[in-house]
Amino acid sequence: MSVFLLGLNHRTAAVALRERLHFSPQEGLRAAESLRREGLVQEVVVLSTCNRSEVYAVAEEAVEVVENGVERHLCEFHAVDAAQLNGCLYRRRGRDAVEHLYRVAAGLDSMLLGEAEILGQVRETYLAAQREGLTGPVLNRLFQASLEVGKRVRSETRLGAQAMSVPSAAMKLAEQIFGELKDNSAVVLGAGAMGAKAARQLRTRGIGRLWVANRTPERARELAAQTGGQWAAWEKSAELLAQVDIVVTSVAGDDWTLSREALAAAMHARGNRRMFLIDLGVPRNIDPAAAELYNVFLYGVDDLQDMVQENRHARESEVPRAEAIVLEHVDKFTAWQSGASAVSTLAELRNELRLRRELFTDARSEELGRFSPEERERILHMMDDLVEHLLREPAERLMKDREVRERAVFLRDLFGLHGTNRPGPAGRSGK
Amino acid sequence: MTAALYTASLAFYLHKLFGGGAWPGRAATALLAGGLVTHYMALLERAITLHSVPYQDFYGSMSLLAWFLALTYLGLELLHRERAMGAFVLPLVLLLLGLELVVVPQAAPKPPAHGSIFALHVTSNILAYSAFTLSFVYSVVYLVQDRLLRARRPGAVVWRLPPLDDLERMARSGVWVGLAGLLLGIGFGMMVDQQLHGQLLSLDSKVVVSFLILACYAVYLWSARSPAWRGARASVVCIASYFAVVFSYTVVNLYLSKFHRFF
Repeated sequence: MSVFLLGLNHRTAAVALRERLHFSPQEGLRAAESLRREGLVQEVVVLSTCNRSEVYAVAEEAVEVVENGVERHLCEFHAVDAAQLNGCLYRRRGRDAVEHLYRVAAGLDSMLLGEAEILGQVRETYLAAQREGLTGPVLNRLFQASLEVGKRVRSETRLGAQAMSVPSAAMKLAEQIFGELKDNSAVVLGAGAMGAKAARQLRTRGIGRLWVANRTPERARELAAQTGGQWAAWEKSAELLAQVDIVVTSVAGDDWTLSREALAAAMHARGNRRMFLIDLGVPRNIDPAAAELYNVFLYGVDDLQDMVQENRHARESEVPRAEAIVLEHVDKFTAWQSGASAVSTLAELRNELRLRRELFTDARSEELGRFSPEERERILHMMDDLVEHLLREPAERLMKDREVRERAVFLRDLFGLHGTNRPGPAGRSGK
Repeated sequence: MTAALYTASLAFYLHKLFGGGAWPGRAATALLAGGLVTHYMALLERAITLHSVPYQDFYGSMSLLAWFLALTYLGLELLHRERAMGAFVLPLVLLLLGLELVVVPQAAPKPPAHGSIFALHVTSNILAYSAFTLSFVYSVVYLVQDRLLRARRPGAVVWRLPPLDDLERMARSGVWVGLAGLLLGIGFGMMVDQQLHGQLLSLDSKVVVSFLILACYAVYLWSARSPAWRGARASVVCIASYFAVVFSYTVVNLYLSKFHRFF
């Protein structure tokens, strides 16, 4: 039984293709079920997030034919021409597939290094597949171990600590000033790409009240609707300053959108309650002199970018430690799998030798007929003992020595074992 | 035993502060609670021997203050669900315990008064001092964080501290507890005074400084809500007010007061 994976992610495929091959949780289960129904795989889990769609499966042999079958199936499921996937799909087998999943769960393969969301997605996907009976001993072990890897990496390293983008760095600062944002209010001035990201971040962080203002009111209305906020007329935005605790600006233009004087007046009107100004505009939208005002915290893109860089360096320095944890668990899994495989190989070998002994004695039944039933019984007994004796030492070495276990697969070729547990002898001849 | 529990608690608070995670914080709180229990037993034993609240000598006074500091901190930690400050408060508790340990306990002088009202007078006041100490610590941390954030240099430290709003609230809570303790202490003190001297209020220097402390912290509470002063300026007022507490607990106790010599 071999693990393999086939998939694409943010490194190999553009967002348009990723979107086309995305599986909703229900679709993922349906695709997995049909893959198993076709008999291509024994166990299967389809992991699909905004950055990846991957099929983890177990087959008798991860031969190319099976992988091609899974790929064809994926294309049919999403009605995508196979030629479109050229160079976008990756395939991993055995140890490489195991390592890939562990890296995914650890956040090492994420677009934002160390992000925590992926671990929850792996857990949900696995539990859903398990509930549907799509997993077996191999994928159960693999996915449970991947969850452990994810947890260990997050608790033993700082890889996932404070993963930041510019807007999320700004929100983190806001939380460091105000605590939970549910009792606070914010206004986003400018509904462009950066303003939209900031508005979504504010909503994600549970901001109490959110306004969006833009020179073009339609865009403000649209973004406000998307983020559950209220739109405000651009001309009225100055009035809002007296009410809100957080101001995000991302506006095109050469003049200050917010001058020191306007902010001083706003601070006076709001009784000097703390105000956090986030200037995401390039060139800047807020007069830097506003930072001198009492209880005003002003951060620009450069300040936030510095924080993001510092954060990224800190997390990158944790990558070797995270990778060591991944490799430790990959070794554990392959040891477990080769142990399980060796036990199964040994059982098949024992069956094979007994079967051959039966065939051998059946072919010589006339010669054996010269003996009395008791003598025949003793001869057959001795032959069975010989089989056990011959297998004892190799079995012990298989159990003890990992390298021997890894090479045990050659026994299958040597003795023509095909993974099908042929029924062994029902009992000794003559019984 | 108590020192070991407090030290272990500090170790977990530090682990929580620098490493994060929920379990070190819970372990720290549990160890602190354990330390408070053993510390209380030790204080109780000494109180039974003295037939009074053990405050009269340096040993007893420091020990009582350390216990109240730890207790008040635990109360505020539970109230605000914020464990980051344990790493800043426990060193003070251990310092007070350390001071207590370097001084060999002596036979404490005979207390001038006995009884439950007197005991309440002493404990209310020490509770107030410990609460003011906490407010001082919170205000110092507030000021440092405020400076770092306004200078746009949060570095790695700021993320480990409670948000500014929370620190401000915790400092205010500490002050409210302190004021309540001090008012109660003064009230019980007046009752004791009535019993001992037949008058409600002796104008001892300790009493005068206590009213000064009340006034300082009243100014702080006003400034914390005043538009012009809220935030960092109010924290400076809180820190300055604490010097009046230290003055009261040291200089006044040692040299100025007739009736309030704690050690």
